[in-house]
Amino acid sequence: MHRFANPGRFLRLAGAVLPWLWATALAVTAWGTAWALLYAPADWQQGETVRIMYVHVPMAWLAMGGYLGLGILSVMSLIWRHPLADLAARELAPVGAAVTALCLATGSLWGKPMWGTWWVWDARLTSVLVLFFLWLGHAALVRAFDETERGARAGAILALVGLVNLPVVKFSVDWWNTLHQPASVTRLDAPGMHVDMLYPLLVCAIGFSLLFGAIVLARTRSAVMERRIRALEMARARRADRPLAAAPATLAGD
Amino acid sequence: MTRKRRRLWILLLCGLGVGSATALTLTAFQDNIVFFRSPSDILAERPAPERSFRLGGLVEAGSVEREQVADGARPSVRFRVTDGANTIPVVYQGVLPDLFREGQGVVTAGRYGLDGTFRATEVLARHDETYMPPEVADALKRSGHWQPEQGAAPPAASWNTLSPPRSPASGS
Repeated sequence: MHRFANPGRFLRLAGAVLPWLWATALAVTAWGTAWALLYAPADWQQGETVRIMYVHVPMAWLAMGGYLGLGILSVMSLIWRHPLADLAARELAPVGAAVTALCLATGSLWGKPMWGTWWVWDARLTSVLVLFFLWLGHAALVRAFDETERGARAGAILALVGLVNLPVVKFSVDWWNTLHQPASVTRLDAPGMHVDMLYPLLVCAIGFSLLFGAIVLARTRSAVMERRIRALEMARARRADRPLAAAPATLAGD
Repeated sequence: MTRKRRRLWILLLCGLGVGSATALTLTAFQDNIVFFRSPSDILAERPAPERSFRLGGLVEAGSVEREQVADGARPSVRFRVTDGANTIPVVYQGVLPDLFREGQGVVTAGRYGLDGTFRATEVLARHDETYMPPEVADALKRSGHWQPEQGAAPPAASWNTLSPPRSPASGS
């Protein structure tokens, strides 16, 4: 595992993968959204409003899958003190918060015409709101320390404690009665969705997931570069420190 | 035992602790997490008439009566909510959500009067987990496999790959 902890190796690998990842992600997302929004059939009772589902469901999956990723990174950070895991977790959290916010917003926009309300405090909606606050809390906590390592440690603990919320989100619709409907796709018997809607949904989900991965990878890559630049600058400042008067000149010049 | 291994065990134990604490809490608050109660729950344990709560179930087939009202007044509707075993009549004044129909799941908030009628202040429609193109729904209804007023759609495996002929001329 520590083979990938080498920042130089990571930068080379990420630099090589990213252009392809971006291209595939954008192509699949464009294909999926065009299929879902223009060609997929309307629902027999929801009408055209069903198309919100093609964004809402992938965002919900990403909010949960991304959080599982955050949990794995936190384990790597706490047990193996993996420095890249810290950086990746720090860069993942704002993106996770964004997809969870999109999930909540699209759900709310669907809920008003269909259910008749923007929001209810049922188990599913409340647990997803908690997930959103966990993402935000993690993003804020890791940035709240002057010492980045301590911030990463605190964030990892928060992320792992928050992991108990994931099964609650997933199974809330089965354990308790809720206004939110049970799962249509991820269940043991046949999906409760016609294939003409299921396939565009799956393509959308793959596209958005690739996009999510590309954004997080690009953010992590620039964070590694940023840290390198800071290290170089500090080394230079230390070198320039001896003749005190020369320091501003060195910064201005070059 | 190496330090990494010790950290792994500490993490596992903490995870076990947090997990079981959550499970115990959720079990303890089971009744409060429930979003609505079914007609059978309510008839078994009748709530006080001044207490507001949520009643959920299916809108019974043939029970919806919309009352004619003067212009400008809020429309009034009567229907019965059933869970199969028991039914409770509901009266509601206000705008119904798009998904409201006979056979649909609904959650209504309000008070249960002494006369046995639930006076709803809010009616929300529940969507079930079926997503179906209109042509497929029509085909199922025509063939008699499914009457939406009578309740949930048949098992998904029987229709989710169905491709009825798309004939826009025969419809509207």
